[in-house]
Amino acid sequence: MSDSPKIRIRDLRKSFGSKVVLDGLDLDVGDGESVVVIGGSGTGKSVLLKCIIGLMEPDSGIIEIDGENVVGLPRSERDAIMRKFGMLFQGGALFDSLPVWENVAFGLMAAKHVPRPEARKVAVDKLAQVGLNEEVSTLSPSELSGGMQKRVSLARAIATDPEIIFFDEPTTGLDPIMADVINDLIVKCTRELGATGLSITHDMASARKIADRVAMLYQGKIIWAGPVAEIDSSGNDYVDQFIHGRAEGPIQMAVRRG
Amino acid sequence: MPRRMNPLATIGRGFLSILATTGRIALFAVSAVSHCVRPPFYPRLVLRQFLEIGYYSLPVVGLTTLFSGMVLALQSYTGFARFSAEGAVATVVVLSMTRELAPVLAGLMVAGRVGAAMAAEIGTMRVTEQIDALTTLSTNPFKYLIAPRLIAATISLPILVLIGDIIGVFGGYVVGVYKLDFNAATYITSTVQYLEQIDVVSGLVKAGVFGFLVALMGCYHGFNSRGGAQGVGAATTNAVVTASILILVANYIITELFFAG
Ligand SMILES: Nc1ncnc2c1ncn2[C@@H]1O[C@H](COP(=O)(O)OP(=O)(O)OP(=O)(O)O)[C@@H](O)[C@H]1O
Ligand SMILES: [Mg+2]
Repeated sequence: MSDSPKIRIRDLRKSFGSKVVLDGLDLDVGDGESVVVIGGSGTGKSVLLKCIIGLMEPDSGIIEIDGENVVGLPRSERDAIMRKFGMLFQGGALFDSLPVWENVAFGLMAAKHVPRPEARKVAVDKLAQVGLNEEVSTLSPSELSGGMQKRVSLARAIATDPEIIFFDEPTTGLDPIMADVINDLIVKCTRELGATGLSITHDMASARKIADRVAMLYQGKIIWAGPVAEIDSSGNDYVDQFIHGRAEGPIQMAVRRG
Repeated sequence: MPRRMNPLATIGRGFLSILATTGRIALFAVSAVSHCVRPPFYPRLVLRQFLEIGYYSLPVVGLTTLFSGMVLALQSYTGFARFSAEGAVATVVVLSMTRELAPVLAGLMVAGRVGAAMAAEIGTMRVTEQIDALTTLSTNPFKYLIAPRLIAATISLPILVLIGDIIGVFGGYVVGVYKLDFNAATYITSTVQYLEQIDVVSGLVKAGVFGFLVALMGCYHGFNSRGGAQGVGAATTNAVVTASILILVANYIITELFFAG
Protein backbone atom coordinates (compact mmCIF):
# COMPACT_ATOMS: atom_id res chain seq x y z
CA MET A 1 0.00 0.00 0.00
CA SER A 2 1.45 3.36 -0.99
CA ASP A 3 1.14 6.44 1.22
CA SER A 4 -1.28 8.51 -0.84
CA PRO A 5 -4.71 6.91 -0.98
CA LYS A 6 -6.25 5.75 -4.23
CA ILE A 7 -9.51 7.44 -3.31
CA ARG A 8 -9.59 10.37 -0.91
CA ILE A 9 -12.91 11.95 -0.01
CA ARG A 10 -13.23 15.10 2.07
CA ASP A 11 -16.36 16.88 3.27
CA LEU A 12 -18.59 15.35 0.62
CA ARG A 13 -22.13 16.70 0.57
CA LYS A 14 -25.14 15.65 -1.46
CA SER A 15 -28.79 16.51 -0.96
CA PHE A 16 -31.93 15.76 -2.92
CA GLY A 17 -34.14 18.80 -2.45
CA SER A 18 -34.39 19.30 1.29
CA LYS A 19 -33.29 15.74 2.02
CA VAL A 20 -29.66 15.67 3.11
CA VAL A 21 -28.07 12.33 2.20
CA LEU A 22 -24.31 12.87 2.48
CA ASP A 23 -23.39 15.47 5.08
CA GLY A 24 -19.66 16.11 5.15
CA LEU A 25 -18.36 12.61 4.54
CA ASP A 26 -14.64 11.77 4.79
CA LEU A 27 -13.17 8.49 3.60
CA ASP A 28 -9.82 7.17 2.38
CA VAL A 29 -9.31 4.00 0.39
CA GLY A 30 -5.70 2.94 -0.03
CA ASP A 31 -4.21 1.49 -3.18
CA GLY A 32 -5.09 -2.20 -3.38
CA GLU A 33 -7.14 -1.98 -0.23
CA SER A 34 -10.62 -3.45 0.15
CA VAL A 35 -12.98 -1.25 2.12
CA VAL A 36 -16.50 -2.24 3.02
CA VAL A 37 -19.09 0.40 3.79
CA ILE A 38 -21.87 -0.71 6.07
CA GLY A 39 -24.93 1.22 7.14
CA GLY A 40 -28.69 1.12 7.29
CA SER A 41 -30.93 0.99 4.28
CA GLY A 42 -31.38 4.40 2.70
CA THR A 43 -28.41 6.04 4.42
CA GLY A 44 -26.79 6.92 1.10
CA LYS A 45 -24.32 4.13 0.42
CA SER A 46 -25.31 3.77 -3.22
CA VAL A 47 -25.34 7.55 -3.59
CA LEU A 48 -21.76 7.63 -2.25
CA LEU A 49 -20.58 5.16 -4.90
CA LYS A 50 -22.38 7.04 -7.66
CA CYS A 51 -20.76 10.31 -6.59
CA ILE A 52 -17.29 8.77 -6.66
CA ILE A 53 -17.74 7.11 -10.01
CA GLY A 54 -19.26 10.25 -11.53
CA LEU A 55 -22.86 9.22 -12.14
CA MET A 56 -24.02 11.88 -9.70
CA GLU A 57 -22.54 15.31 -9.16
CA PRO A 58 -22.04 16.04 -5.44
CA ASP A 59 -23.13 19.43 -4.11
CA SER A 60 -19.71 20.12 -2.66
CA GLY A 61 -16.59 18.43 -1.34
CA ILE A 62 -13.48 16.80 -2.70
CA ILE A 63 -13.10 13.40 -4.33
CA GLU A 64 -9.54 12.64 -5.34
CA ILE A 65 -8.74 9.65 -7.52
CA ASP A 66 -4.98 9.05 -7.64
CA GLY A 67 -4.53 12.53 -6.21
CA GLU A 68 -6.66 14.30 -8.81
CA ASN A 69 -9.87 16.02 -7.73
CA VAL A 70 -12.70 14.84 -9.96
CA VAL A 71 -15.52 16.98 -8.59
CA GLY A 72 -16.62 19.52 -11.18
CA LEU A 73 -14.34 18.07 -13.85
CA PRO A 74 -15.66 18.37 -17.42
CA ARG A 75 -17.36 15.31 -18.86
CA SER A 76 -14.57 14.35 -21.26
CA GLU A 77 -11.88 14.27 -18.57
CA ARG A 78 -14.22 12.49 -16.23
CA ASP A 79 -14.80 9.80 -18.87
CA ALA A 80 -11.09 9.08 -19.01
CA ILE A 81 -10.97 8.57 -15.25
CA MET A 82 -14.09 6.43 -15.40
CA ARG A 83 -12.13 3.86 -17.39
CA LYS A 84 -10.32 2.96 -14.19
CA PHE A 85 -13.57 1.85 -12.60
CA GLY A 86 -15.75 -1.19 -12.71
CA MET A 87 -19.08 -1.21 -10.98
CA LEU A 88 -21.52 -3.86 -9.90
CA PHE A 89 -24.90 -2.15 -9.61
CA GLN A 90 -27.21 -3.00 -6.77
CA GLY A 91 -30.00 -3.89 -9.20
CA GLY A 92 -27.70 -5.62 -11.70
CA ALA A 93 -28.46 -3.12 -14.50
CA LEU A 94 -27.79 -5.69 -17.22
CA PHE A 95 -28.61 -4.64 -20.78
CA ASP A 96 -31.69 -6.66 -21.58
CA SER A 97 -31.35 -6.12 -25.32
CA LEU A 98 -28.06 -8.02 -25.39
CA PRO A 99 -27.23 -11.66 -24.65
CA VAL A 100 -25.33 -12.45 -21.46
CA TRP A 101 -21.90 -12.75 -23.08
CA GLU A 102 -22.23 -9.37 -24.81
CA ASN A 103 -23.13 -7.84 -21.48
CA VAL A 104 -19.94 -9.20 -19.96
CA ALA A 105 -17.82 -8.33 -22.99
CA PHE A 106 -19.35 -4.86 -23.38
CA GLY A 107 -16.61 -2.91 -21.63
CA LEU A 108 -13.86 -4.84 -23.42
CA MET A 109 -15.31 -4.04 -26.81
CA ALA A 110 -16.22 -0.43 -25.96
CA ALA A 111 -13.21 0.73 -23.98
CA LYS A 112 -10.41 -1.55 -25.08
CA HIS A 113 -11.61 -2.26 -28.64
CA VAL A 114 -11.10 -5.99 -28.24
CA PRO A 115 -12.49 -7.81 -31.33
CA ARG A 116 -15.80 -9.60 -30.78
CA PRO A 117 -14.62 -13.24 -30.94
CA GLU A 118 -11.81 -12.57 -28.50
CA ALA A 119 -14.05 -10.57 -26.18
CA ARG A 120 -16.47 -13.46 -26.24
CA LYS A 121 -13.77 -15.86 -25.04
CA VAL A 122 -12.89 -13.55 -22.17
CA ALA A 123 -16.58 -13.23 -21.31
CA VAL A 124 -17.06 -16.99 -21.16
CA ASP A 125 -13.99 -17.22 -18.96
CA LYS A 126 -15.26 -14.53 -16.59
CA LEU A 127 -18.65 -16.23 -16.48
CA ALA A 128 -16.95 -19.45 -15.46
CA GLN A 129 -15.28 -17.59 -12.60
CA VAL A 130 -18.69 -16.63 -11.21
CA GLY A 131 -19.96 -20.18 -11.59
CA LEU A 132 -21.93 -19.85 -14.82
CA ASN A 133 -21.34 -22.23 -17.70
CA GLU A 134 -21.12 -21.51 -21.38
CA GLU A 135 -24.77 -22.30 -22.13
CA VAL A 136 -25.79 -19.29 -20.07
CA SER A 137 -23.74 -16.98 -22.27
CA THR A 138 -26.22 -16.96 -25.15
CA LEU A 139 -29.31 -16.43 -22.99
CA SER A 140 -30.93 -13.07 -22.51
CA PRO A 141 -30.62 -11.55 -19.00
CA SER A 142 -34.40 -11.77 -18.54
CA GLU A 143 -34.13 -15.56 -18.77
CA LEU A 144 -31.89 -15.72 -15.70
CA SER A 145 -32.76 -15.96 -12.02
CA GLY A 146 -32.04 -12.98 -9.79
CA GLY A 147 -28.91 -14.53 -8.35
CA MET A 148 -27.62 -15.46 -11.80
CA GLN A 149 -28.16 -11.90 -12.98
CA LYS A 150 -26.16 -10.67 -10.02
CA ARG A 151 -23.28 -12.95 -10.98
CA VAL A 152 -23.38 -11.88 -14.63
CA SER A 153 -23.30 -8.32 -13.42
CA LEU A 154 -20.28 -9.11 -11.29
CA ALA A 155 -18.55 -10.73 -14.25
CA ARG A 156 -19.24 -7.58 -16.27
CA ALA A 157 -17.78 -5.36 -13.55
CA ILE A 158 -14.49 -7.26 -13.44
CA ALA A 159 -14.21 -8.12 -17.14
CA THR A 160 -11.98 -5.17 -18.06
CA ASP A 161 -9.66 -5.77 -15.08
CA PRO A 162 -10.33 -2.28 -13.69
CA GLU A 163 -8.03 -0.64 -11.15
CA ILE A 164 -10.91 0.23 -8.85
CA ILE A 165 -14.00 -1.91 -8.46
CA PHE A 166 -17.23 -0.98 -6.69
CA PHE A 167 -19.50 -3.73 -5.48
CA ASP A 168 -22.96 -2.57 -4.46
CA GLU A 169 -24.36 -5.45 -2.42
CA PRO A 170 -22.61 -8.26 -4.33
CA THR A 171 -24.04 -11.12 -2.29
CA THR A 172 -27.63 -9.98 -1.76
CA GLY A 173 -30.01 -12.55 -3.18
CA LEU A 174 -27.48 -15.38 -3.39
CA ASP A 175 -27.54 -18.63 -1.47
CA PRO A 176 -24.89 -18.86 1.30
CA ILE A 177 -22.57 -21.10 -0.71
CA MET A 178 -22.66 -18.98 -3.84
CA ALA A 179 -22.27 -15.90 -1.65
CA ASP A 180 -19.03 -17.36 -0.38
CA VAL A 181 -17.85 -18.12 -3.91
CA ILE A 182 -18.49 -14.47 -4.77
CA ASN A 183 -16.67 -13.35 -1.62
CA ASP A 184 -13.67 -15.42 -2.69
CA LEU A 185 -13.80 -13.88 -6.12
CA ILE A 186 -13.84 -10.36 -4.70
CA VAL A 187 -10.94 -11.24 -2.45
CA LYS A 188 -9.11 -12.60 -5.47
CA CYS A 189 -9.71 -9.41 -7.46
CA THR A 190 -8.50 -7.17 -4.67
CA ARG A 191 -5.78 -9.15 -2.87
CA GLU A 192 -4.33 -11.12 -5.76
CA LEU A 193 -4.89 -8.89 -8.75
CA GLY A 194 -4.23 -5.75 -6.76
CA ALA A 195 -7.42 -3.88 -7.57
CA THR A 196 -8.80 -1.38 -5.11
CA GLY A 197 -12.22 -2.41 -3.86
CA LEU A 198 -15.04 -0.46 -2.33
CA SER A 199 -18.00 -2.62 -1.41
CA ILE A 200 -21.37 -2.13 0.19
CA THR A 201 -22.98 -4.94 2.05
CA HIS A 202 -25.50 -5.76 4.74
CA ASP A 203 -24.08 -9.24 5.03
CA MET A 204 -21.63 -9.20 7.94
CA ALA A 205 -20.16 -12.59 7.07
CA SER A 206 -19.31 -11.21 3.65
CA ALA A 207 -17.94 -7.99 5.13
CA ARG A 208 -15.61 -9.89 7.45
CA LYS A 209 -14.32 -11.93 4.57
CA ILE A 210 -13.73 -9.30 1.91
CA ALA A 211 -12.81 -6.25 3.96
CA ASP A 212 -9.41 -4.97 4.95
CA ARG A 213 -11.20 -2.08 6.58
CA VAL A 214 -14.81 -1.37 7.45
CA ALA A 215 -16.46 2.03 7.50
CA MET A 216 -19.88 2.71 8.92
CA LEU A 217 -22.12 5.33 7.32
CA TYR A 218 -24.72 6.95 9.53
CA GLN A 219 -26.61 10.21 8.98
CA GLY A 220 -24.42 11.27 6.10
CA LYS A 221 -21.06 10.78 7.81
CA ILE A 222 -18.59 7.97 8.38
CA ILE A 223 -19.01 7.55 12.12
CA TRP A 224 -16.48 4.75 12.50
CA ALA A 225 -13.77 3.26 10.32
CA GLY A 226 -11.19 0.70 11.25
CA PRO A 227 -9.56 -2.64 10.41
CA VAL A 228 -12.00 -5.48 10.11
CA ALA A 229 -10.35 -7.26 13.05
CA GLU A 230 -11.35 -4.42 15.36
CA ILE A 231 -14.98 -4.37 14.37
CA ASP A 232 -16.09 -6.40 17.39
CA SER A 233 -14.18 -4.16 19.74
CA SER A 234 -14.97 -0.82 18.14
CA GLY A 235 -16.47 0.60 21.31
CA ASN A 236 -19.03 2.29 19.12
CA ASP A 237 -22.64 1.61 20.06
CA TYR A 238 -23.89 2.27 16.55
CA VAL A 239 -21.48 -0.24 15.04
CA ASP A 240 -22.28 -2.80 17.73
CA GLN A 241 -25.97 -2.47 17.15
CA PHE A 242 -25.53 -2.79 13.39
CA ILE A 243 -23.22 -5.79 13.30
CA HIS A 244 -25.35 -7.69 15.77
CA GLY A 245 -28.57 -6.66 14.04
CA ARG A 246 -30.39 -5.48 17.13
CA ALA A 247 -33.61 -3.50 16.86
CA GLU A 248 -32.85 -1.80 20.20
CA GLY A 249 -30.03 0.73 20.37
CA PRO A 250 -28.99 4.22 19.40
CA ILE A 251 -30.07 3.76 15.76
CA GLN A 252 -33.80 4.25 15.60
CA MET A 253 -35.51 2.89 12.53
CA ALA A 254 -38.31 5.04 11.25
CA VAL A 255 -41.05 2.53 11.91
CA ARG A 256 -43.95 2.70 14.28
CA ARG A 257 -43.89 0.06 16.94
CA GLY A 258 -47.36 -1.24 17.84
CA MET B 1 -57.52 33.70 -2.07
CA PRO B 2 -54.86 30.99 -1.80
CA ARG B 3 -51.98 31.50 -4.16
CA ARG B 4 -52.45 28.32 -6.11
CA MET B 5 -55.97 29.38 -7.07
CA ASN B 6 -54.91 32.67 -8.67
CA PRO B 7 -55.60 32.11 -12.37
CA LEU B 8 -52.98 34.59 -13.54
CA ALA B 9 -50.30 32.92 -11.46
CA THR B 10 -51.35 29.54 -12.78
CA ILE B 11 -51.09 30.71 -16.37
CA GLY B 12 -47.74 32.36 -15.63
CA ARG B 13 -46.35 29.24 -14.02
CA GLY B 14 -47.58 27.10 -16.88
CA PHE B 15 -45.99 29.43 -19.40
CA LEU B 16 -42.68 29.48 -17.55
CA SER B 17 -42.57 25.72 -17.30
CA ILE B 18 -43.29 25.40 -21.03
CA LEU B 19 -40.43 27.79 -21.72
CA ALA B 20 -38.10 25.84 -19.45
CA THR B 21 -39.04 22.52 -21.07
CA THR B 22 -38.56 23.99 -24.53
CA GLY B 23 -35.10 25.13 -23.51
CA ARG B 24 -34.21 21.72 -22.11
CA ILE B 25 -35.42 19.95 -25.23
CA ALA B 26 -33.45 22.37 -27.42
CA LEU B 27 -30.27 21.72 -25.43
CA PHE B 28 -30.90 17.99 -25.59
CA ALA B 29 -31.38 18.23 -29.36
CA VAL B 30 -28.18 20.20 -29.88
CA SER B 31 -26.15 17.79 -27.82
CA ALA B 32 -27.77 14.77 -29.50
CA VAL B 33 -27.05 16.09 -32.99
CA SER B 34 -23.47 16.92 -32.10
CA HIS B 35 -23.02 13.31 -31.00
CA CYS B 36 -24.50 12.10 -34.31
CA VAL B 37 -21.60 13.60 -36.24
CA ARG B 38 -18.70 12.68 -33.97
CA PRO B 39 -17.21 9.19 -33.60
CA PRO B 40 -17.49 6.53 -32.36
CA PHE B 41 -20.36 5.51 -34.62
CA TYR B 42 -22.49 2.41 -34.19
CA PRO B 43 -23.52 1.28 -37.72
CA ARG B 44 -24.90 -1.98 -36.37
CA LEU B 45 -27.31 -0.10 -34.12
CA VAL B 46 -28.28 2.36 -36.85
CA LEU B 47 -29.15 -0.59 -39.06
CA ARG B 48 -31.26 -2.18 -36.35
CA GLN B 49 -33.16 1.09 -35.91
CA PHE B 50 -33.67 1.30 -39.68
CA LEU B 51 -35.41 -2.05 -39.51
CA GLU B 52 -37.43 -1.03 -36.50
CA ILE B 53 -38.47 2.41 -37.73
CA GLY B 54 -38.51 2.03 -41.49
CA TYR B 55 -39.17 -1.54 -42.43
CA TYR B 56 -41.63 -2.51 -39.71
CA SER B 57 -43.61 0.71 -40.21
CA LEU B 58 -44.26 -0.11 -43.87
CA PRO B 59 -47.56 -1.96 -43.34
CA VAL B 60 -49.01 0.79 -41.14
CA VAL B 61 -47.93 3.59 -43.43
CA GLY B 62 -48.98 1.65 -46.54
CA LEU B 63 -52.48 1.00 -45.22
CA THR B 64 -53.10 4.54 -43.99
CA THR B 65 -51.93 6.16 -47.21
CA LEU B 66 -53.81 3.65 -49.38
CA PHE B 67 -57.13 4.39 -47.74
CA SER B 68 -56.44 8.11 -47.58
CA GLY B 69 -55.80 8.19 -51.32
CA MET B 70 -58.98 6.24 -51.92
CA VAL B 71 -61.19 8.39 -49.73
CA LEU B 72 -59.65 11.54 -51.16
CA ALA B 73 -60.67 10.53 -54.68
CA LEU B 74 -64.16 9.72 -53.53
CA GLN B 75 -64.64 12.91 -51.51
CA SER B 76 -63.25 15.28 -54.10
CA TYR B 77 -65.29 13.64 -56.83
CA THR B 78 -68.59 14.06 -55.01
CA GLY B 79 -67.64 17.56 -53.88
CA PHE B 80 -66.32 18.79 -57.22
CA ALA B 81 -69.35 17.40 -59.06
CA ARG B 82 -71.30 20.33 -57.60
CA PHE B 83 -69.44 22.72 -59.88
CA SER B 84 -68.59 20.27 -62.64
CA ALA B 85 -64.90 20.08 -61.83
CA GLU B 86 -64.65 16.30 -61.61
CA GLY B 87 -61.64 16.39 -63.91
CA ALA B 88 -59.51 17.81 -61.09
CA VAL B 89 -59.78 14.67 -58.95
CA ALA B 90 -56.47 13.13 -60.02
CA THR B 91 -54.61 16.40 -59.46
CA VAL B 92 -56.17 16.93 -56.06
CA VAL B 93 -55.26 13.42 -54.97
CA VAL B 94 -51.63 13.63 -56.01
CA LEU B 95 -51.07 17.14 -54.63
CA SER B 96 -52.72 16.41 -51.29
CA MET B 97 -50.89 13.14 -50.88
CA THR B 98 -47.40 14.35 -51.69
CA ARG B 99 -47.62 17.74 -50.00
CA GLU B 100 -49.66 16.96 -46.93
CA LEU B 101 -51.25 13.67 -46.22
CA ALA B 102 -48.46 11.18 -46.74
CA PRO B 103 -45.92 13.06 -44.56
CA VAL B 104 -48.38 13.99 -41.82
CA LEU B 105 -50.06 10.60 -41.64
CA ALA B 106 -46.78 8.71 -41.76
CA GLY B 107 -45.35 11.06 -39.13
CA LEU B 108 -48.29 10.56 -36.78
CA MET B 109 -48.33 6.80 -37.30
CA VAL B 110 -44.61 6.50 -36.67
CA ALA B 111 -44.97 8.75 -33.61
CA GLY B 112 -47.48 6.31 -32.18
CA ARG B 113 -45.57 3.22 -33.13
CA VAL B 114 -41.93 4.11 -32.82
CA GLY B 115 -41.88 7.19 -30.58
CA ALA B 116 -43.74 5.31 -27.89
CA ALA B 117 -41.47 2.28 -28.16
CA MET B 118 -38.35 4.45 -27.95
CA ALA B 119 -39.58 6.26 -24.86
CA ALA B 120 -40.53 2.98 -23.21
CA GLU B 121 -37.24 1.27 -24.01
CA ILE B 122 -34.96 4.14 -23.05
CA GLY B 123 -37.14 4.97 -20.04
CA THR B 124 -36.86 1.42 -18.77
CA MET B 125 -33.10 1.54 -19.28
CA ARG B 126 -33.02 4.74 -17.25
CA VAL B 127 -35.01 3.49 -14.29
CA THR B 128 -33.16 0.16 -14.16
CA GLU B 129 -29.81 2.00 -14.20
CA GLN B 130 -28.79 0.53 -17.55
CA ILE B 131 -27.95 4.02 -18.79
CA ASP B 132 -25.68 4.52 -15.77
CA ALA B 133 -24.12 1.15 -16.50
CA LEU B 134 -23.41 2.23 -20.09
CA THR B 135 -21.54 5.24 -18.77
CA THR B 136 -19.42 3.12 -16.44
CA LEU B 137 -18.54 0.90 -19.40
CA SER B 138 -16.98 3.83 -21.29
CA THR B 139 -19.95 4.24 -23.61
CA ASN B 140 -21.69 7.54 -24.13
CA PRO B 141 -25.46 6.92 -23.98
CA PHE B 142 -26.05 9.79 -26.40
CA LYS B 143 -23.92 8.07 -29.01
CA TYR B 144 -25.04 4.54 -28.25
CA LEU B 145 -28.77 5.04 -27.69
CA ILE B 146 -29.87 8.36 -29.09
CA ALA B 147 -27.75 9.05 -32.17
CA PRO B 148 -28.68 5.79 -33.98
CA ARG B 149 -32.37 6.48 -33.42
CA LEU B 150 -32.18 10.07 -34.62
CA ILE B 151 -30.20 9.13 -37.72
CA ALA B 152 -32.39 6.18 -38.64
CA ALA B 153 -35.65 8.05 -38.09
CA THR B 154 -34.56 11.14 -40.04
CA ILE B 155 -33.53 9.05 -43.03
CA SER B 156 -36.18 6.36 -43.03
CA LEU B 157 -39.25 8.59 -42.80
CA PRO B 158 -38.68 10.25 -46.21
CA ILE B 159 -38.31 6.79 -47.74
CA LEU B 160 -41.51 5.66 -46.06
CA VAL B 161 -43.27 8.78 -47.30
CA LEU B 162 -42.08 8.29 -50.86
CA ILE B 163 -43.56 4.81 -50.78
CA GLY B 164 -46.67 6.24 -49.13
CA ASP B 165 -46.99 8.81 -51.93
CA ILE B 166 -47.02 6.06 -54.53
CA ILE B 167 -49.46 3.89 -52.62
CA GLY B 168 -51.79 6.83 -51.96
CA VAL B 169 -51.86 7.88 -55.59
CA PHE B 170 -52.47 4.28 -56.50
CA GLY B 171 -55.43 4.21 -54.07
CA GLY B 172 -56.89 7.27 -55.76
CA TYR B 173 -56.35 5.67 -59.15
CA VAL B 174 -58.15 2.49 -58.15
CA VAL B 175 -61.20 4.40 -56.91
CA GLY B 176 -61.08 6.80 -59.85
CA VAL B 177 -60.85 4.16 -62.53
CA TYR B 178 -62.85 1.29 -61.08
CA LYS B 179 -65.54 3.14 -59.17
CA LEU B 180 -65.82 6.58 -60.71
CA ASP B 181 -65.29 5.36 -64.26
CA PHE B 182 -62.41 7.63 -65.21
CA ASN B 183 -60.40 6.60 -68.21
CA ALA B 184 -57.19 5.06 -66.91
CA ALA B 185 -54.91 6.91 -69.32
CA THR B 186 -56.60 10.25 -68.70
CA TYR B 187 -56.36 9.74 -64.93
CA ILE B 188 -52.64 9.05 -65.12
CA THR B 189 -52.04 11.95 -67.46
CA SER B 190 -53.80 14.42 -65.19
CA THR B 191 -51.98 12.95 -62.17
CA VAL B 192 -48.57 13.87 -63.59
CA GLN B 193 -49.66 16.93 -65.57
CA TYR B 194 -49.69 19.48 -62.79
CA LEU B 195 -47.30 17.72 -60.41
CA GLU B 196 -44.11 19.65 -59.77
CA GLN B 197 -40.89 18.58 -58.22
CA ILE B 198 -41.39 20.88 -55.27
CA ASP B 199 -44.61 19.10 -54.28
CA VAL B 200 -42.76 15.86 -53.70
CA VAL B 201 -39.61 17.47 -52.33
CA SER B 202 -41.47 19.56 -49.77
CA GLY B 203 -43.23 16.41 -48.58
CA LEU B 204 -39.94 14.57 -48.19
CA VAL B 205 -38.38 17.47 -46.30
CA LYS B 206 -41.36 17.42 -43.98
CA ALA B 207 -40.93 13.70 -43.51
CA GLY B 208 -37.29 14.11 -42.54
CA VAL B 209 -38.18 16.78 -39.99
CA PHE B 210 -41.04 14.71 -38.60
CA GLY B 211 -38.80 11.65 -38.27
CA PHE B 212 -36.27 13.71 -36.37
CA LEU B 213 -38.98 15.11 -34.08
CA VAL B 214 -40.46 11.68 -33.33
CA ALA B 215 -37.09 10.22 -32.40
CA LEU B 216 -36.13 13.33 -30.44
CA MET B 217 -39.30 13.24 -28.35
CA GLY B 218 -39.07 9.49 -27.80
CA CYS B 219 -35.46 9.76 -26.68
CA TYR B 220 -35.89 12.94 -24.63
CA HIS B 221 -38.84 11.68 -22.62
CA GLY B 222 -37.35 8.22 -22.20
CA PHE B 223 -33.96 9.58 -21.17
CA ASN B 224 -35.48 11.88 -18.57
CA SER B 225 -38.05 9.49 -17.15
CA ARG B 226 -38.10 9.08 -13.39
CA GLY B 227 -39.59 6.72 -10.91
CA GLY B 228 -40.37 3.20 -12.01
CA ALA B 229 -43.10 1.83 -14.24
CA GLN B 230 -45.33 4.85 -13.72
CA GLY B 231 -42.60 7.21 -14.87
CA VAL B 232 -41.98 5.14 -17.97
CA GLY B 233 -45.69 5.13 -18.74
CA ALA B 234 -45.84 8.90 -18.45
CA ALA B 235 -42.75 9.24 -20.64
CA THR B 236 -44.37 7.11 -23.34
CA THR B 237 -47.56 9.17 -23.35
CA ASN B 238 -45.64 12.45 -23.35
CA ALA B 239 -43.44 11.29 -26.21
CA VAL B 240 -46.42 10.52 -28.44
CA VAL B 241 -48.41 13.63 -27.53
CA THR B 242 -45.55 16.11 -27.89
CA ALA B 243 -44.32 14.48 -31.10
CA SER B 244 -47.80 14.66 -32.62
CA ILE B 245 -48.26 18.31 -31.71
CA LEU B 246 -44.80 19.24 -32.93
CA ILE B 247 -45.44 17.43 -36.21
CA LEU B 248 -48.55 19.49 -36.86
CA VAL B 249 -46.85 22.75 -35.91
CA ALA B 250 -43.77 21.98 -38.00
CA ASN B 251 -46.03 20.97 -40.87
CA TYR B 252 -47.56 24.44 -40.98
CA ILE B 253 -44.20 26.19 -40.69
CA ILE B 254 -42.59 24.15 -43.46
CA THR B 255 -45.60 24.63 -45.74
CA GLU B 256 -45.36 28.37 -45.15
CA LEU B 257 -41.64 28.34 -45.96
CA PHE B 258 -42.09 26.36 -49.17
CA PHE B 259 -45.24 27.77 -50.66
CA ALA B 260 -46.16 31.12 -49.11
CA GLY B 261 -42.96 32.93 -50.05
N1 LIG C 1 -31.91 10.04 -7.82
C1 LIG C 1 -32.40 10.30 -6.60
N2 LIG C 1 -33.30 11.29 -6.43
C2 LIG C 1 -33.78 11.57 -5.21
N3 LIG C 1 -33.46 10.94 -4.10
C3 LIG C 1 -32.57 9.94 -4.19
C4 LIG C 1 -32.00 9.57 -5.44
N4 LIG C 1 -31.16 8.54 -5.24
C5 LIG C 1 -31.20 8.28 -3.92
N5 LIG C 1 -32.04 9.11 -3.27
C6 LIG C 1 -32.31 9.14 -1.84
O1 LIG C 1 -31.08 9.08 -1.17
C7 LIG C 1 -31.18 8.25 -0.03
C8 LIG C 1 -30.04 7.25 -0.04
O2 LIG C 1 -30.23 6.35 -1.11
P1 LIG C 1 -29.24 5.14 -1.39
O3 LIG C 1 -29.76 4.44 -2.59
O4 LIG C 1 -27.86 5.65 -1.44
O5 LIG C 1 -29.45 4.23 -0.11
P2 LIG C 1 -28.58 2.97 0.31
O6 LIG C 1 -27.78 3.35 1.48
O7 LIG C 1 -27.86 2.44 -0.87
O8 LIG C 1 -29.74 1.99 0.76
P3 LIG C 1 -29.88 0.41 0.48
O9 LIG C 1 -29.01 -0.27 1.45
O10 LIG C 1 -31.31 0.16 0.75
O11 LIG C 1 -29.49 0.18 -0.93
C9 LIG C 1 -32.53 7.61 -0.05
O12 LIG C 1 -33.31 8.22 0.93
C10 LIG C 1 -33.09 7.92 -1.40
O13 LIG C 1 -34.44 8.25 -1.27
MG1 LIG D 1 -28.07 0.94 -2.15
